[in-house]
This record gives sequence, C-alpha cells and structure tokens, in this order.
Amino acid sequence: MKKIYAQKEVCIGCHLCEVACVTAHSKTKDTILAHNVEKARDGLTPRRNVAQEGPVCVALSCRHCEEPMCVAACISGALTKNPETGRCEYNEEQCVGCWSCLMACPFGSIRRHPLKEKIVKCDLCAGRDMPACVEACPNAGLIYEDRGSD
Amino acid sequence: MKYVIVGNGVASVGAIEGIRRVDSEGEILVISEENTPTYGRPLISYLLAGKIGPERMPLRPVTFYDKFKVKMVLGTKVTAIDAATKTVTIADGHAYHYDKLLIATGGVPFVPPLPGKDGPGVYSFTTLANAETLVEVARTCKDVVVVGGGLIGLKAAEALHDRGVKISIVELAPRVLSAAFDDKAGGLVAKRLEEVGIGVHCGTQATEIKRDASGQVTGVTLKDGTFLPAQAVVIAIGVVPASVLAKEAGIKVDRGILVDDSMASSDPDVYAAGDVAQAHDLILDVNRVVPIWPNAFNQGFYAGKNMAGDQSPYSGGLAMNAIAFYGLPTVSVGTVNPAPGEPGMEVYDSLDEERGTYRKLVFKDDRLVGYVLLGDIDVAGLYTGFIRFKFPLDEVTKDKLIKGQPSILQWPEGFFDEQFNPVGAHEIV
Repeated sequence: MKKIYAQKEVCIGCHLCEVACVTAHSKTKDTILAHNVEKARDGLTPRRNVAQEGPVCVALSCRHCEEPMCVAACISGALTKNPETGRCEYNEEQCVGCWSCLMACPFGSIRRHPLKEKIVKCDLCAGRDMPACVEACPNAGLIYEDRGSD
Repeated sequence: MKYVIVGNGVASVGAIEGIRRVDSEGEILVISEENTPTYGRPLISYLLAGKIGPERMPLRPVTFYDKFKVKMVLGTKVTAIDAATKTVTIADGHAYHYDKLLIATGGVPFVPPLPGKDGPGVYSFTTLANAETLVEVARTCKDVVVVGGGLIGLKAAEALHDRGVKISIVELAPRVLSAAFDDKAGGLVAKRLEEVGIGVHCGTQATEIKRDASGQVTGVTLKDGTFLPAQAVVIAIGVVPASVLAKEAGIKVDRGILVDDSMASSDPDVYAAGDVAQAHDLILDVNRVVPIWPNAFNQGFYAGKNMAGDQSPYSGGLAMNAIAFYGLPTVSVGTVNPAPGEPGMEVYDSLDEERGTYRKLVFKDDRLVGYVLLGDIDVAGLYTGFIRFKFPLDEVTKDKLIKGQPSILQWPEGFFDEQFNPVGAHEIV
C-alpha cells in the first residue's frame, strides 16, 4: 500500500504540513477559517505533528502499521485494519475515549481530541488522492509511495 | 485445513484475523459459551454506567464473520477436548473435528470462600450478561458493596454510582489498584472516588455477607468490625485462567496453559491465547498470565498466523492498562512497583496534587521498564515505545524522559529510518 514516509534529513520544521492537515480535515476547507474558527470551536487539531530535538526535526503521524498495536488495544472496535486497503481506520462514533490505543502505540501517533472524549489520528486523507501534508511540504520531506509493505 | 476456536473474546477475533492473513480458505469454527458475537468486554462498565447503549457493544461489524468466512456455534459449552482423535465435544454430545485448535476460554471470576456468598444478591462483573443483571440491580438497590479495589471493581463501582447507587469499595491491600499503581497514584484515584461520594475501605477485608431470614443480602461485615449495609454485593477480586478443559485433555498447565513462542501448547496442534494462556512476557522474560486486552488480541493474532502455517514468533506481552476514573485518565505500563532494593532499579516520580497529575518512571540498568501517568497522559505511547524497543538510554535522554519530554528523535541512530523511512532513505549531499 501507499504510505507516507518522513525524511528527517530534509524537514525544515515549517509546520506547513500541520496547517494543510488542519485545513483538509476542516468543514470549510478554508485555511483561515479552519485555524481561526474551527480550531477553537470544534477542537480541530493536526494529525501530523512536527517533532523537534535540537536542530533536528521531522513531521510524524500514524504509520498505518502492518500489525498495529492500536488495533490490538482498541476495546470498542473503533480502530480496525482494513484488509483491502491496509489502512488503520478510525470510526469516531465507536470510540469511548479509553486511551488504550494512545498508550499502546509505541510511536506516539495517537492524540486526545482537545474537546471530546475521542482520539485523533491520521486517515491518510481519506477521499483525497494525495494527502494534504505531502502536497504542502515545500522540501519533499514527506513522500507518499508504495514501498511494498501492507 | 479445519480450525476450531473455543471461546469468543478478543483473542478469538485476533486469531480469526491472524488465520486470514495467511489462509483465506480454511474452515474456521468458533464455539462459545456466551451467546453474542464478540463484544468489547471492557465496555461492560460503559454500558452499566449508561454511557453507551447495547448497539455499541460488538467489537466488529455484523458483516465480520461472513467476510472472514467464520461459522459460529454460540451459547454452547465445550465439555471435552480429545487431543488423540483431535475432536472437541459440546454439551449435547456432538463432536467437531479440528486440524488446529485454539483454546481462548479466558478467565473465570475468582470468588473467595466468604460466608454468605451463596444465594441471591451476589454478582460478578466480567460479562455482558453480568452488566445487564447489574442494570436491574441498580434499579432496585440503594446500597451496593464492591469487594475488590482493582480495575474491574473500581469500574463496577463507578458505573453503579453513575446509576445512583451508594457504593462502598472494600480492598484487602492498603490502597486501591495495588497491582497497577503505587501508593501515590492509588491515593489520587481513591481521593477522586471519595470526592464523588464513593466509600473506600482499604487495608481490611470482607468477612461475611449478612442475610435476613428470607435470604436477602442485608450488608457486609468487615474485619475491622465495620458493617456496611447493602442489598447486593459485587465480587471483583480477579479472574483465574479457565484452563480445566486443557488440563483434562492432558495439556500442560501451570497457572495458565503453557505456550511457546508460536502460542502452541504442549500439544503441537492445540494453541492457547488470551487470559487462559501463560505466555512470554517482554520485560520479565518469563512465561506468565497477564490477563489484559491487548495481549489477548496479539496472542490470538500470532496463534492464528502460526496455526495457519506461518512462522511468526510472538514477541511477548507487555502489561498495560489505560483507564479513566471520573475524568481522571490513567496509564500504567510494564514494571511499576519494583521490589525495594531490587538491583539495578531506579524510580523517579513527580506528583502535582493541585493539578491532579502524577508521573512515575521505572528504569532497570539503562533502560525504561515501566511508567505510570495520571492526568497528563498525552506522551504515554512514546514511553511505551522506549520500553517495547528496549533502547539503552544515555544520561541526557534519561533526563528528558524523567522530565516528561520523550521524543522519537531521541531514538538510536538508524532506528528512526527503519520505522518511518525504510529503504530508499534519501541521501542529502
């Protein structure tokens, strides 16, 4: 399957991936409204986040693991591995906010929703051909391609 | 190939998904004593609290069993396994042949020999049926005593309290959550419970369940002489592996069914997974029973893959619990209560009572082996990574972990690219 691969050698820490992620997951799809209105009102938050340690930075998100720990830990059936697409899918309706996945994911890719007892994670921009973060990256720090893993 | 799975909890679902990764055609038969498709067992406390309805219980969509070509025999007890003829027999005498068998029968609630325990008004809290019963109990009872201050007991208490029942918790240990937490963390949780009006009695034990002339529960007497009036009692001390079937079939059982890294028991065609299995533990490097949800799924998944002919060793389980009490989120992973004076162990903790947050890290030699977080849990997964991948830590990194600042960029050189950017990592000239 196609996944997003992060290049820490080329990431410049501009956070444009986060901006694009928020816009892509907003209701209005408008960058300004998404950030100035929907963030505060709906708890809209980026699924990809830039990690920084000294001069090194990289933009991280769900790896859509072949054997996801989050799916193993999910008590409600909200997280599942789609056998056809390989994606780790999240159904917010099912989630009870128990935080088991947040604890189990050894990559720290799952976050709490700022307002609701729900989690937030990358969906590889379901419905788009190219994930918004990859498209927005000015330095090819994120690459979306098939490297042969599920 | 014919697979039979006894039990229909999360280990069973893991096994179905594991088998189908390898074998898309083999016949899978699930036989379960419970009469519903697999549900999220920990959700029973959410159901009892009225936070979710029964429609939210199923762990997989209704189409799951058809899609994965699984036949179900529900509400049926397996009475015997014959490892020589490779058959399982159910209560009505019908026998099913298997090529590979998975025992995923889970655990049964442990009920101590407490005077007055037999009769109406005494309940367990491990099944959907238990939860449905307790919904009715909450309608008719004013006071309920919960015996056992572990995770199950506390969640039962919280849920019944949400239904307007006055609750008292009785715990033998000096604090609640004695296995997963330490004094400070247990104390914070107990404080939260007492704030909402739940009675917490630690360091004592129930000595008798009192009944009136008609046999109805009237209350519980404690060792310290206290009498707690109650119309019902929930016993939630723990579960023991449901390993009788295996034992009777001549399969090697210690505390649970002993399994190797392929999850096979002493009989190479019989596998075990979940709360019934005594499997490899990642941190302690021994086989032990750790009856928690993620381990059960993973063990089932690996059992399934290996049953279907794959060579997929189970990497070992990691004790972990995430649970919230009245909005106080908590996470506990790995070794959190090292014995005093255990060589190589270092413990760092910081408590902020005002904010209700607590962080405790346990290191062994130069590795992280356990942690507890209360309140502020957002970086939990990153800590879990340091434990799971067993990274050796230099002083700078260790200090950052202690300060609550773990980062993937603290990983050893090379490991990041293996995980996030395998093959074809771009070379920058």
